[in-house]
Amino acid sequence: MQSLIARRPSSRLRRDPAPSKWNYRMQRLLLTPYVRGFLRRGVPMLLLLGGITLWFSNEANRQSLVAQLTHLRDEFEARPEFRVSLARVEGASEDLAAAVRAKLALPLPMSSFDIDLDAARARIEALDAVKRADLRVRSGGVLQVLITERVPVAVWRTEAGLTLVDETGHRVAGLMARSDRPDLPLIAGEGADLATAEALDLIAAAGPLTPRIRGLVRMGERRWDLVLDRDQRVLLPANDPVQALERLLALDHAQDLMNRDILTVDLRSDHRPTLRLTPNALAEMRRAQGLETVENEL
Amino acid sequence: MTDLYTSQRAMRNMRRAAMQRGVIAILDVGTSKIACLILRFDGPDRLREQDGVGPMAGQSQFRVIGAATTRSRGVRFGEIAVMNETERAIRTAVQAAQKMANVRVDHVIACFSGAEPRSYGLAGELDLQDSVVTEQDVSRVLAACDVPDLGQGREVLHAQPVNFALDHRSGLGDPRGQIGHRLAVDMHLLSVDGDVVQNLLYCIKRCDLELAGLASSAYVSGVSSLVEDEQELGAACIDMGGGATGISIFMKKHMIYADSVRMGGDHVTSDISKGLQIPLATAEKIKTRHGGLYATGMDDREMIDIGGDSGDWEKDRRQISRTELIGIMRPRVEEILEEVRATLDAAGFDTLPSQQIVLTGGGSQIPGLDGIATRVLGQRVRIGRPLRVQGLPQAATGAAFASAVGLCLFAAHPQDEWWDFEIPAERYPARSLRRAVKWFKDNW
Repeated sequence: MQSLIARRPSSRLRRDPAPSKWNYRMQRLLLTPYVRGFLRRGVPMLLLLGGITLWFSNEANRQSLVAQLTHLRDEFEARPEFRVSLARVEGASEDLAAAVRAKLALPLPMSSFDIDLDAARARIEALDAVKRADLRVRSGGVLQVLITERVPVAVWRTEAGLTLVDETGHRVAGLMARSDRPDLPLIAGEGADLATAEALDLIAAAGPLTPRIRGLVRMGERRWDLVLDRDQRVLLPANDPVQALERLLALDHAQDLMNRDILTVDLRSDHRPTLRLTPNALAEMRRAQGLETVENEL
Repeated sequence: MTDLYTSQRAMRNMRRAAMQRGVIAILDVGTSKIACLILRFDGPDRLREQDGVGPMAGQSQFRVIGAATTRSRGVRFGEIAVMNETERAIRTAVQAAQKMANVRVDHVIACFSGAEPRSYGLAGELDLQDSVVTEQDVSRVLAACDVPDLGQGREVLHAQPVNFALDHRSGLGDPRGQIGHRLAVDMHLLSVDGDVVQNLLYCIKRCDLELAGLASSAYVSGVSSLVEDEQELGAACIDMGGGATGISIFMKKHMIYADSVRMGGDHVTSDISKGLQIPLATAEKIKTRHGGLYATGMDDREMIDIGGDSGDWEKDRRQISRTELIGIMRPRVEEILEEVRATLDAAGFDTLPSQQIVLTGGGSQIPGLDGIATRVLGQRVRIGRPLRVQGLPQAATGAAFASAVGLCLFAAHPQDEWWDFEIPAERYPARSLRRAVKWFKDNW
């Protein structure tokens, strides 16, 4: 097919029409480095930001996004890899383990993301018999509860009854009768539990007196009385009671003091021990010294 | 002094700023075409100075990254005749070059061929205060040149110190630091018609461009077309443009004379158009495709369709032989060359030691021109093509781009002109800081 308009071999000059003034200015503007940079980076970025802002300015959009994210998160947490189906309590006796399980009170199986390990640990450590609890989620969906039990070191007698305490004075358990734990020393008095460690030191330092010890009584929440059999008492000072006791033992060793007819040995003053004799012994001593005393019922 | 003279200094600063920025445009406003080149300056010379290879006058500093040419509108005899047409043509060229270079240019160096350039040789003399020539002495001796009456509305386009003489030693390039008593300078001053320059400035300003330099196209054609030894020994460059033929004479690497003949290739075209009764565009095409200056027997048999869009079968089927075409072209070319010869004679070219003549410009591409030029101008004539510069497109390496390429060289390595020297301290306004400094120097 041939065009009807004859295509004559062009003898005309090549046309190069002049750009209009505004076209020329526009081209120069677009060639300006700042403008080019802005058009290439700034404008797309602004458009993107504007679009995102516009989308987020709609309340429904925001909510649907949040819902979607929450759903995704729930789905992820509900995966079987994160499910905890068993709680294993280790390092506790039978009774304590049962108590720990009861305290744990987790509706197993549940997702490991939902378990508040810190709260569960706090609940378990609220048990008196538990010194320390370590909770960790092990592989295979097992919640391992490692229990360190409190070890009772003394029996504390109060008006309410007998209590087992550990070396920090913390209650471990109640005790029905002293004879249930005859191996543990007895302490008594108000505030005795707070000084349990000192009491243990005194008992350890008692040496030859150990079989005679009935117990330790806390006096006025500041010092100890060592109570021996035959109603003998050793009044220990508030400061350095162990040294005072050691001095007494040295005295006992030298002069066989404690086997004599003595009611109390007062060690509260470190200048001298003060003895109180039994009434019979006192009368006997005076008689031997030739002193006549008038005795009456008062 | 006039407006242009004071703005030359500002233009020189602008050229420096443009080179700092790295991009500058070259605009050759010619009668037949407007060419725009965009140069990128890459800082210091990439070609290091090596054995025997000098710094190449800054030619290795730049690279042409954009080139465009457009048919010129509204320019006659190298002068702007219709302002807004010319402005549009400049816009077209600049836009196309910018598009090719993909960079925006704000500074432009322009050249033009018209405006009736006139050359003056000036001389100045000065007794030195102390025996060592300082920069201030150079400024003072330049200021001591007595400027002739340029005429109404004439302005200085180039003013280049050509030669310094100290006592009896002449031919000094740079007299600073030398010892003597009397410093003399020869200066070449080129004046042009001020209105033409103002028109060009206005057009360029309308295109949102800043003018960073202005040169005569005769001068820059000589810079690009004459080889180094020709510039050194003395040669004339004939730039045969469309509307004007520029003549510049070089000696010792300085231009010592410039003039223009207000005739060029467009007159040849118009002769053909008138003689054959064809449109100018067709005449131009026939001239460039079949033109020549020497007829042979073969040319009688070579018939050229000249056509015509009249619809008349007889008129549209006209044919001429190439001999006829040559017969039209030759008298006009001879006339141009005769005019050139007259100008050269008036300038005293025949007294120069070397009489090399180099023909360049678009008009020099007519086949057989060298033969006819030899007969008119003398034996030592050659056809010159501009220097090759980096990145110049193949289409722009022809003789028609001699002044554009020369302007590139001018941009990279301009010659010292009058306004590049310091103003002598005495000429400063009374309370100038420099004057105070000079007073201190003199008295302490």
